[in-house]
Amino acid sequence: MGALQSLSDEPEYRELAEKTGFSFEQIGILHKRFKQLSHNEDMLRRADLNTIPDLACNPIRTQIIEAFFDKRNFHQNGDGTVEEISFEEFLVVMSHFRPPALNMTEEQREKVRREKLRFLFNMHDTDNDGTITLEEYRHVVEELLSRSGALGKETAKGIADAAMLEVASISMGHMEPDEFYEGITFEHFLKILKDIEIETKMNIRFLNMDTTTLCNRDSSSIR
Amino acid sequence: TPSKPPGTECDGRDYPLALHSPTGSRSFLERGLLLLVMLIFLEGTVLTLGAASSPDISAQDNTGGGHDRRDDHRGIAGSHEHTNYTYTKKAFPVLSLDYHHIQVPFEISLWVLLASLMKLGFHLIPRLSSIVPESCLLIVVGLLVGGLIKLAGEEVPPVLDSNLFFLCLLPPIILDAGYFLPIRPFMENIGTILMFAVVGTLWNAFFVGGLLYAVCQIEGTYLSQVELLPCLLFGSIISAVDPVAVLAVFEEIHINELLHILVFGESLLNDAVTVVLYHLFEEYSGAGEVTPMDVVLGVICFLIVSLGGIAVGAIYGILAAFTSRFTSHTRVIEPLFVFVYSYMAYLSAEMFHLSGIMALIACGAVMRPYVEANISHKSHTTVKYFLKMWSSVSETLIFIFLGVATVAGPHAWNWTFVSVTVILCLVSRVIGVVGLTFIINKFRIVKLTTKDQFIVAYGGLRGAIAFSLGYLLDKDLFPMRTMFLTAIITEIFFTVFVQGMTIKPLVDLLAVKKKQEAKRSINEEIHTQFLDHLLTGIEDICGHYGHHHWKDKLNRFNKKYIKKCLIAGERYKEPQLIAFYHKMEFKQAIELVESGGGVKLPSAMPSQVSMQNIQPKKLPPAVAERALPQFTKGREEEIRKILRSNLQKTRQRLRSYNRHTLVADPFEDGWNDFLLKKQRMIELEKKMSNYLTVPAAPPDSPTMCRARLASDPNAFYNIKASSEGVPTIQVDLASPQSPDSVNMLNEFSKRGATDQGLGQREGATRDEDQGLMMKPSSAGKVEKGEEDGGNKNPGLMRCLSDPGPSNEDEEDEPFLP
Repeated sequence: MGALQSLSDEPEYRELAEKTGFSFEQIGILHKRFKQLSHNEDMLRRADLNTIPDLACNPIRTQIIEAFFDKRNFHQNGDGTVEEISFEEFLVVMSHFRPPALNMTEEQREKVRREKLRFLFNMHDTDNDGTITLEEYRHVVEELLSRSGALGKETAKGIADAAMLEVASISMGHMEPDEFYEGITFEHFLKILKDIEIETKMNIRFLNMDTTTLCNRDSSSIR
Repeated sequence: TPSKPPGTECDGRDYPLALHSPTGSRSFLERGLLLLVMLIFLEGTVLTLGAASSPDISAQDNTGGGHDRRDDHRGIAGSHEHTNYTYTKKAFPVLSLDYHHIQVPFEISLWVLLASLMKLGFHLIPRLSSIVPESCLLIVVGLLVGGLIKLAGEEVPPVLDSNLFFLCLLPPIILDAGYFLPIRPFMENIGTILMFAVVGTLWNAFFVGGLLYAVCQIEGTYLSQVELLPCLLFGSIISAVDPVAVLAVFEEIHINELLHILVFGESLLNDAVTVVLYHLFEEYSGAGEVTPMDVVLGVICFLIVSLGGIAVGAIYGILAAFTSRFTSHTRVIEPLFVFVYSYMAYLSAEMFHLSGIMALIACGAVMRPYVEANISHKSHTTVKYFLKMWSSVSETLIFIFLGVATVAGPHAWNWTFVSVTVILCLVSRVIGVVGLTFIINKFRIVKLTTKDQFIVAYGGLRGAIAFSLGYLLDKDLFPMRTMFLTAIITEIFFTVFVQGMTIKPLVDLLAVKKKQEAKRSINEEIHTQFLDHLLTGIEDICGHYGHHHWKDKLNRFNKKYIKKCLIAGERYKEPQLIAFYHKMEFKQAIELVESGGGVKLPSAMPSQVSMQNIQPKKLPPAVAERALPQFTKGREEEIRKILRSNLQKTRQRLRSYNRHTLVADPFEDGWNDFLLKKQRMIELEKKMSNYLTVPAAPPDSPTMCRARLASDPNAFYNIKASSEGVPTIQVDLASPQSPDSVNMLNEFSKRGATDQGLGQREGATRDEDQGLMMKPSSAGKVEKGEEDGGNKNPGLMRCLSDPGPSNEDEEDEPFLP
């Protein structure tokens, strides 16, 4: 199905490859997957992602899906959400999970790091006000624990509070009793996660070769 | 006939001594019995160790011989028994010297004492240990001790005997490594580790062995009698990176987690390759011909040895986990199961010539998560202490014994052979690592840089395992055994001294990333988990099943079935994040104790942010306060009285000594008290006061404090007693819902002086009750009645009654050099 197109529109792929850093093969495979998910449409909707069976038991499913429809993740300085995304946007979101190159300068590494953390930050900062508030953080932890029943729900609040307290004490130092910590800003976010080497962790192995539908492609190219 | 094992040499030395030392006044009976006892001892410890030639046959021969001889003596003793009575009676010896009676255990203790004292000594000279790694110093000590023994005219005992090494010294170190193996980085890099361990070791063995053979054939080296197979055997012995040496050196240089796990993991997993190669070449050195069929058999053998080892380990690990499910009533023997099951796993694997090291690693790694959830906090500490103690003593002994064995000789120094060995080992290691990394980097997401490759190559230290394997060689089959041993020792010395000493400056020079010492924060934990789920989700969207997908599946399976079977009670339901949170709360409680109960006024602490700083201002504190049920003064007094009298009874019961349970000590009570106090504080904090704060990092590192506390419960109690003077907490305990306590806290600063007095009095009365055991469940129930913070109770109480041990790594630090 998608294989027919994927080999034909090379110039479009070149543009995408430059923009996202994926190789042609990877773009080809992802395109095929995109078509499969969107039932051969040009645009992908939330409902399409919601029906992925493997995703069903992921506790943070909604956040993941929202991330794909979040304009902030499209590298276009927009905000808000969209109803459907094109393949290009799909690819741009995916490119946040590309493994970094072998030899990076310190600056490049920092840039990759910020980019990846920004993606995470955006997932938490649902109302796009530049801070993760306590409410938002609680929501995150609740979702994380959503699979563990009532016990999780009770504890989630405590955990989020403790975590927030930790952020506040790390990033603000001393606070007067009447002061109020608004929430985690991106700078604070960078600070608290500086020990997690996100640039080496937030990566997915994108396949260079399509293993699942190898026969399909062969047959189509013969045709 | 089998070669005379060193055990008999030792025996031979003792023989005349034993015969002569008892003076003439001793009866023959006594002498005979003495010999008997001694032989039994020797048989148990030394004789069986003398398996110098092929282990299976000669070991049996030795024990057989031992039995025969013992029977002989029994015969002699028996025959003298009859004649003995005809002799005239001598005076009863009031005091007699009988060293040989206790010789073996006494000497073992002496060695252990020496090792421990040395370890102690090195840490008293911090400057020395910062320059020279401990392993080097220990080898030097061993050399000195060996030299002294030799000077004294005695024969140096064969201390680093293969059986002693493989059955006694090695297992504790490996178990320690396996039990505390950082699973996550290990599994993330398993491909790379396996590549280095299997392909790398094979390459090293054949490269070194083959080229050595080539060199030996050169005219003028006088080595032309060395054949190919012994060379390959030597290569396989010398090529394996040694876990003991790697651990000793790498723990001092604090390298980053990735490099540490790469080198260390390789050293653990290459055991299977070494075992197979060793047996293969040893077998064929006798037979001569190697057919392609043998190669195939070798590959199959490798699979069986490694997978079999893992299977044996996993079975014992699961058994241990299952057993620990039922130990809640006999806590004192809990830690023993961990050790015994692991040791049995090791022995069972060795019995079939499977990889014992892999069995131990698998056993430790499999049992740990379940055992930790089942056993009590104290048992966990015990397990940790014992593992660390045994492994560090073993390690120290191994290095000292290496030194002693070097002096003991015999040596056959051949310049060409030794220098070529050292050079070839270095060259093959470098080529192997660079070549393999080139391949591996194509598949790795995080590539290995040149620096990384250098450290991996340079960190390939050889150690006592190689020596012991060399020692096992049969003298008759391998006439070159002494030369091999000398070369092995030289290579060990070269790697441990030269590489071990220079690796630290090199790491600094190259600015290789170091390990982060910071403890894990709750935020990091949350985000690590979040990231796990996120990556799994993205993989699912991408539609291919990668690493994360399978990990997720495994986790799910583990949660659903395995945990249910292996973990007692309700704890299996607890998600990781909640478990982490409880551990953290627990730790904070301890830190609170450290900082003097957290009630030193806020100004005394460096950084504070209190709950209200982050709480959206919705609930005015007064509302919460008003919701508290009110008690009259008289009623409160009544409750207090009831509680106290009940506690008194408990105390009396608990004070009686019981050999099978631990007597409730002030330490424990203090502990429980503090958890309660801490919890109360958190609640109060939320409700009202802005004075109470989150405990900041105490001036002392928590590890140190904990270590100090653990060693001296009284110190703990003193702290507790000193903080007893604080009114809020004191009153809380007796009557949790007393409004009085709230008031007291509220006006703390004003009424400080008077309350202090009251608190002191209270403290005094409670001091009497120190033996009592707070019943956490009932206390929890009372508090549960409260709103707000009350919902934290179940978790905290669970922590309290059966605190799950935490896996904080920093706790291990005091043990490490």
